[in-house]
Amino acid sequence: MIWIAWKMLIGNRGKYLGIVLGIAFASLLIAQQGSIFCGLMLLTTSQIQDVKGADIWVMDRNVQFIDDIKPLSEDDLYRVRGVSAVDWAVRFYKGLARARLENGNFQQVIMLGLDDGTLVGAPTEMVAGKLEDLFQPDALIVDENGYHQLWPQQPIKIGQVFEMNDRRGVIVGVCKASRTFQTFPIVYARYSLATLYAPMERKVMSFVLAQGKPGVPAEFACQAITKQTGLLALTREQFMWKTIMYYMNNTGIPVNFGITVMLGFIVGTAIAGQTFYLFTVENIKQFGALKAMGTSNPRIVGMVLFQALQVGVIGYCLGIGAAATFGAMTKSASKLAFYMPWWILLVTGGAVLVMIFLSSLLSIRKVLVVEPAIVFK
Amino acid sequence: MTPAPATLDRTKIDAAQAAVSCRGVVKEFGGGHTLVTALRGVDLDVPFGEMTLLVGPSGCGKTTLLSVIAGILDPTRGEVHVLGVDVPRLSGGRKVAFRGKNIGFVFQQYNLLPALTAAENVAVPLMIGGVSRNAAVAKALTLLPKVGLANRMNSLPSQLSGGEQQRVAIARALIHEPRFLVCDEPTAALDAENGHKILELMHEVAVSPTRAVVIVTHDNRIFSFGDRIATMEDGRIVNVESKK
Repeated sequence: MIWIAWKMLIGNRGKYLGIVLGIAFASLLIAQQGSIFCGLMLLTTSQIQDVKGADIWVMDRNVQFIDDIKPLSEDDLYRVRGVSAVDWAVRFYKGLARARLENGNFQQVIMLGLDDGTLVGAPTEMVAGKLEDLFQPDALIVDENGYHQLWPQQPIKIGQVFEMNDRRGVIVGVCKASRTFQTFPIVYARYSLATLYAPMERKVMSFVLAQGKPGVPAEFACQAITKQTGLLALTREQFMWKTIMYYMNNTGIPVNFGITVMLGFIVGTAIAGQTFYLFTVENIKQFGALKAMGTSNPRIVGMVLFQALQVGVIGYCLGIGAAATFGAMTKSASKLAFYMPWWILLVTGGAVLVMIFLSSLLSIRKVLVVEPAIVFK
Repeated sequence: MTPAPATLDRTKIDAAQAAVSCRGVVKEFGGGHTLVTALRGVDLDVPFGEMTLLVGPSGCGKTTLLSVIAGILDPTRGEVHVLGVDVPRLSGGRKVAFRGKNIGFVFQQYNLLPALTAAENVAVPLMIGGVSRNAAVAKALTLLPKVGLANRMNSLPSQLSGGEQQRVAIARALIHEPRFLVCDEPTAALDAENGHKILELMHEVAVSPTRAVVIVTHDNRIFSFGDRIATMEDGRIVNVESKK
């Protein structure tokens, strides 16, 4: 009977394609918008991801996300170093600075100050220049996207100069870095230099980057730091989630994306449900004939559910494929944030299941109430 | 009281016994001011080995009676025994199984599945009965030549004429070797020549000593094919004429 259901379904190609495309469109919209949302949320954590070599971020207790800087005192650094579970701890500066270019233009930049001795948190992939050149006077490293933002349509060249806070800075290297949520260029400097470029404040240290002793889990070290110093210590993953949750709870981004996803779901359900119902109505005499010839109601329901499941699976695969293709194409060709984790596939699959279940409800009711006697009319 | 079996042990059925026996069958639709009485106490016996025509003007209750004796509608009152089984008393599932195993259907509008070939359409009742697709289609391929469609086995219904579609429907009704065949206006959608051919074919392949055939028709051109003609008027059998 499953085979008959399948033949009935593909026998009406117009309706079949209509239902499949309805579900594919909804899947595409849910997966694509979900992935863009994930990509966007991931952008908010790009600087946390880019800091390699330190598993623990220590900050003021009231920090809510990566850009919510509440400076620490130098004492705090030493207190962290005094925790027995901590192997080492270094300064890390993060702030905004205003760069004045040679042509007179101003550009806001994200200034990252790395520990003068160790350069912990430095970029891992250089496009031009060497990381060690950061030890030179007034040396700065800028990320590749930022370079093209500061000097549009110019080839990458070492030695470019600009001013920040009336101090000269020289580009000694260009590196790869994750794109930022604010889209500002990222400028790396030694900590001592970065604090000079930044507007003067009494306390300037944004974070302490730390590493637990060998064999000590990062979570345990974090708890020890928090307990002993009263500061907030988080693992990289914890800090990423804290930042993401801040944006989720305090911005309209999830609501906006949620509305689009919901619209995709509703439109997909409406298109698929209506077309599927029309398909069933069109075949109602055939269903009636099958019932007259001895097909039981559970088997008829099974046929309808199989038909719904089949169009659901095909529509889902097409939609996910289209979303993934879209992501692959736009990721390299545009600035669109796109990240498709495995659970987006799961969520979309769940949404499609609900969609086809709702779509098939009306059809199931229709085939259940149809009297086999309809075949004699 | 032991409930009647859903399927029959055919060896126990006396061929002389009426295939269908209706006593005082009443069928009402609706209720109150909208009550419609379609059958008003029908008494009818349909014997094995004969083609019984159920004739009468439109609206006299022919199709309702056919639905009742085919186990599709339950009578409001009265008794209906089909192949010795009190069909209205069967549970829903057993009734469906009884229909699937023992009754063949030929419909006025053929009701072939448009996406299936002629052979696949013929195989449907066997597949409903649980036979594998390959085995069912293989049997259908042996049956189609008997209804003159040896060359149209792989044609879709849309590629067949009305007469050919009705031949497919007849083969479909017979493939599971039912003991009771019900046909609703099988010639209504056909011209006179094709109508005659279809009735000749049914006489040839469907009528047998162990099978009963009931045909509902108002097509007086085919009355001559009936072994027994039961005439209905206003929900009652008013005359039964037998040629034997």
